Amino acid sequence: MTARVGVITFPGSLDDRDAARAVRLAGAEPVPLWHAEAELNDVDAVVLPGGFSYGDYLRAGAIARFAPLMDRLVAAAHDGLPVLGICNGFQVLCESHLLPGALTRNTSLHFVCRAQRLRIENAATDWTRAYEEGQEIVVPIKNIDGCYIADQETLDELESSGRVVARYVDVNPNGSLNDIAGICNEAGNVVGLMPHPEHAVEALTGPSTEGLGFFSSILQRLVGA
Amino acid sequence: MARFVIDVMLKPEILDSQGQAVARALPRLGFQGVAGVRQGKRFEIELDGPADEAATERVRKMAETLLANPVIETFELRAE
Repeated sequence: MTARVGVITFPGSLDDRDAARAVRLAGAEPVPLWHAEAELNDVDAVVLPGGFSYGDYLRAGAIARFAPLMDRLVAAAHDGLPVLGICNGFQVLCESHLLPGALTRNTSLHFVCRAQRLRIENAATDWTRAYEEGQEIVVPIKNIDGCYIADQETLDELESSGRVVARYVDVNPNGSLNDIAGICNEAGNVVGLMPHPEHAVEALTGPSTEGLGFFSSILQRLVGA
Repeated sequence: MARFVIDVMLKPEILDSQGQAVARALPRLGFQGVAGVRQGKRFEIELDGPADEAATERVRKMAETLLANPVIETFELRAE
């Protein structure tokens, strides 16, 4: 019996299949979920994939937040369900107020697509325990609304409580405050990440296989694998 | 028919990189003396019934819930 990890597809999601593939490669069972469904089908964890849900109309993630399944997800996340939001998924988590702050237009105003070096700053979350604190990994990043912002009080709290999960190294690709690439909620079960670990799980297609740790982390957490 | 206009702007302390890009483009087009540009969004909402206080409250709720993200934006609302 392995862990069942749901991947929610919204209209405009792009990376749901890659996320499901990463879940499978880590040894868990991916469960496709459709945004208009009303139930999470008893999954043990959920990935909100990258893409452009609802065409990023209004604000990235703003409309997906009100999808029927999101009501269930927000309640389940408050009850401790592990949730990983990648790129557009991170934007949806911020719009849902499961994570603080917001993701705005890259300060360069350019769409950025590159292999990006990150430092794992918090290896104690449900999604990062396969890494070591301070470990550097290279995974793809691709976004135009990836500039993380929050007010100073929120930033101070994130920093002092260790809730910055990953930070950009060498180059800050989008102007994010404090070079923030990913954050988590207080309990550590909800993680939002702008780069794409699901695109770095196989040597054939990724710049590394160092993204797999996010998915093996959740398996460790759920089944002690 | 009630008609409302909602202007949504980034909070002043939030970097408006799009507004800055517009500000940089204007002098290149020969428009001198531009001291600053902020870019926002305008929504026009029509509701059945009169533009009374209840209608205004409903539109305010729409703005708070969906049209603006209170983390980074403010909005102004008026009936037309």
